[in-house]
Amino acid sequence: MLYREAGQFKTTYAEDMAIFPIRQDRIALAILLGIAFIGVPLLADFDIWPFGSDYLLRAILLPFLILALAAIGVNILVGYCGQITLGSGAFMAIGAYSAYKFGTGVHIPLAWLGFAISIPPLPVPTSILLGGLMAAIAGILFGIPSLRIKGLYLAVATLAAQFFFDWVFLRVPWFTNYAPSGSVNAPALNFFGLHVGTPIERYLLCLIFVTVFAVLAKNLVRGNLGRQWMAIRDMDIAAELIGIRPLYAKLTAFAVSSFIIGVAGALWAFVYLGSWEPLAFSIDRSLQLLFMVIIGGLGSIMGSFVGAAFILILPIMLNLIPTQLGVPLSTETITHLEFIIFGSLICYLLIKEPHGFARLISIGKEKLRLWPFPY
Amino acid sequence: MIALGQVLEVLIGGLMSGVLYSLVALGFVLIFKASGVFNFAQGAMVLLAGLALVRSLDLLVARGFSPWTAVILGIGFAAAIMAITAWLIQRFVVGPLVNQGALTLFMSTIGVTFVLEGAAQMIFGSDVYPLRLFPTDVWLLFESHFPGGILVNKLDVWGAVIAGILVASLAIFFQQTKTGRALRAVADDHLAAQSVGIPISWIWFVVWLAAGLVALVAATVWGTKLGVQFSITFLALKALPVLIIGGLTSVPGAIVGGLIVGAGEKIAEVFLGSHIGGGIEYWFAYVLALAVLLVRPQGLFGERIIERI
Amino acid sequence: MRMPDTGEILLQVEGVSLAFGGVKALRNVSFDIRKGEIRAIIGPNGAGKTSMLNVINGFYHPNHGAITFKGRTRAEMQPFEAARGGIARTFQNVALFKGMSALDNIMAGRTLKMRRGLLWQMLRYGPALAEEIEHRHRVEEIIDFLEIDAIRKVPVARLPYGLQKRVELGRALAMEPDLLLLDEPMAGMNLEEKEDMSRFIIDVNLHYGTTIALIEHDMAVVMDLSHRVVVLDHGVKIADGTPDEVKKNQGVIDAYLGVAH
Repeated sequence: MLYREAGQFKTTYAEDMAIFPIRQDRIALAILLGIAFIGVPLLADFDIWPFGSDYLLRAILLPFLILALAAIGVNILVGYCGQITLGSGAFMAIGAYSAYKFGTGVHIPLAWLGFAISIPPLPVPTSILLGGLMAAIAGILFGIPSLRIKGLYLAVATLAAQFFFDWVFLRVPWFTNYAPSGSVNAPALNFFGLHVGTPIERYLLCLIFVTVFAVLAKNLVRGNLGRQWMAIRDMDIAAELIGIRPLYAKLTAFAVSSFIIGVAGALWAFVYLGSWEPLAFSIDRSLQLLFMVIIGGLGSIMGSFVGAAFILILPIMLNLIPTQLGVPLSTETITHLEFIIFGSLICYLLIKEPHGFARLISIGKEKLRLWPFPY
Repeated sequence: MIALGQVLEVLIGGLMSGVLYSLVALGFVLIFKASGVFNFAQGAMVLLAGLALVRSLDLLVARGFSPWTAVILGIGFAAAIMAITAWLIQRFVVGPLVNQGALTLFMSTIGVTFVLEGAAQMIFGSDVYPLRLFPTDVWLLFESHFPGGILVNKLDVWGAVIAGILVASLAIFFQQTKTGRALRAVADDHLAAQSVGIPISWIWFVVWLAAGLVALVAATVWGTKLGVQFSITFLALKALPVLIIGGLTSVPGAIVGGLIVGAGEKIAEVFLGSHIGGGIEYWFAYVLALAVLLVRPQGLFGERIIERI
Repeated sequence: MRMPDTGEILLQVEGVSLAFGGVKALRNVSFDIRKGEIRAIIGPNGAGKTSMLNVINGFYHPNHGAITFKGRTRAEMQPFEAARGGIARTFQNVALFKGMSALDNIMAGRTLKMRRGLLWQMLRYGPALAEEIEHRHRVEEIIDFLEIDAIRKVPVARLPYGLQKRVELGRALAMEPDLLLLDEPMAGMNLEEKEDMSRFIIDVNLHYGTTIALIEHDMAVVMDLSHRVVVLDHGVKIADGTPDEVKKNQGVIDAYLGVAH
């Protein structure tokens, strides 16, 4: 009886179009945000379980937030616009390395023209956003083939992006500032005069980024542009005949998606890893992001969070539960089990519930709304 | 100055390794033609077939079977594994997803890839297992014409011969057998084929089985060359650009595409890679495919796509 | 019987031919559509009716001939340009956006009228929100008109066929088109649904003054609704005139009874 919308009348279209039109949902969200923004830092500050050590923050919450952000980006392209991508790892890399270059100063010697382009090191926030911008530009470039080719063919085009950029960041020393090992270190994380160092500070920084981008993305997908993307996804020919320009719709999806993925990549490198190699953004990362989106729910911003959480937590559970039961598994077995579980789950969800866990949650809410009656 | 002999040697080496790509690409084409499924799992199937073969071989030899018996039994065992896999995929993944969009089917094969990779390594192990089915020494040709002659790997020649036999038997299968004809009917329009009484699930099982056997053949050649190991799945990904270049529905396209990619990337690596840092084999095939997509989306041998509403 | 309008010509099709490889879908077809009328295109299966609509809204490019719409002659145009010019369309097999609600489908029809760019939409504040609400008002009027209030938030894939057709009409109406192309709007409907749909078509024509070109197989409907009828057979125009004239035309009778050519 707690979850009822009876009596909540909408008197304006604005109210009807709110993100969470039902009051109980708004309350739940407020509580969740309260815990995330205030509760977690407080608990961590007083070393209260489970935040007594940094493990939970550093090894679970931080990657969860950043990968959820990247998954939102992938979801915009795959879930909302219906354009498959196997190259999201490359776009994270573009974000990371561009941010790194902007953060440490760009110098392009153009000897044959007789001058050089030099940009002094930029502040970290600017660098991260510029990293997103570079990823967006690359996204548009690799999205152009999507105007002529569809679906599966596009998968190969995005694979081309993945392998090409893997190589670029590995073999072109300019991007790593000629570091002999190929591994690079992020600049000190100064945000408007504040130094972000401790795990809780890093967590809050990422939380802010993720919250802001999630709201902006949600606004986009429920607005006119979002409808254009979904129209292209559901039936591109009909979309064109009602005046949607495939060029504009697809390239904006590529740009927005790549921007978000690029920012996530920069955060992954700067805030989570600190120092990194191109391997951090390989095709495995691309597939991992794709899995998050399928498992969490294609075409659902909330699903991106659910999917990211699931993919990160499952391996930890596989490690933890057998150990608690007294039959610890080898790391190899865990990896293989993970593969099998993710793979079968993907197949199962695609068959039974293409909208993933997010849809299961909303079915649950529907049931709750009618409870205790079945219909 | 680059010697002609060197160019020829690189070209031949490239063409021969292109044959290996073609072997994997053939499996893709089979499935795509018959069911419209773009099978990301073909590489994983090569890994599974290879592991099943090499591990059963090791076991049989250790038990004291003669090499020939062991090879025959091992291949039989691997083929049986591929048959079971084909049945499982048809029964639990592709069957329930019939009439779904191409994108959904594609993503489901990514799921299948992970299951196969996980299961194969869990059951058969995840090390590098050497496989010696074919000779791996080299011939030196035309020593009188070029200084040092031209180096040709016998294994590559074996691979080419096997690919030739495979294509010929596939052609016979498609053209001359009842199942082959039914298969082509299903490929054209599976609803219409069903309505004239062709059992579609049986046909799809046959197709996945055929793709599994092609994967097994590919695994014998690749395994001999590189050892059976996980990284085979990445090499198998190169079959994707091969398909794009050749055309998704064309068996000759898979062969020609493989040759173009194989020769192209070797030549590019030797004559271009040295100038820009090396390792361009890593992406050359994909970028070439991207270029082909922009100019001729249906590939060199593919059928032109007409859209209707 | 309704009298044909004698308004100005809105769309002129001149000598259009279209071939797919060896198959000639349309052969030298010419006719016009006048402002404010309901124009029917009829003919046996495979006569080239749908191809004709596809040519008009730019999805197919004719091999020969030209199309003049609102005084502008064009050789070739893209479908979204046709849409921008004011041509809307429904489809023989419903072509709705399956993953979206009825409301979102119809809102998508307003795309061309919405001006706020990506950044405004991202903030969804001030002018962007105002625009969204303004268009929601227009769309609600259409929903009201088509009597689909109850299903506005239902994903269209879950709706029965008759309602899907109605939502599709709504999406086309949301574009506020000058010319509305309807491809078999009543195919597969029962009598009651057909009556509803006929009522909507007449109302659209009368109240919004929208010019309509429709393909329909139900002759009773065609003869009741339309002002003028053009008849195609094997890609050739065999008759053109008021429903009464067409009914009496020997060529049309032969085509429908299947007399050999």
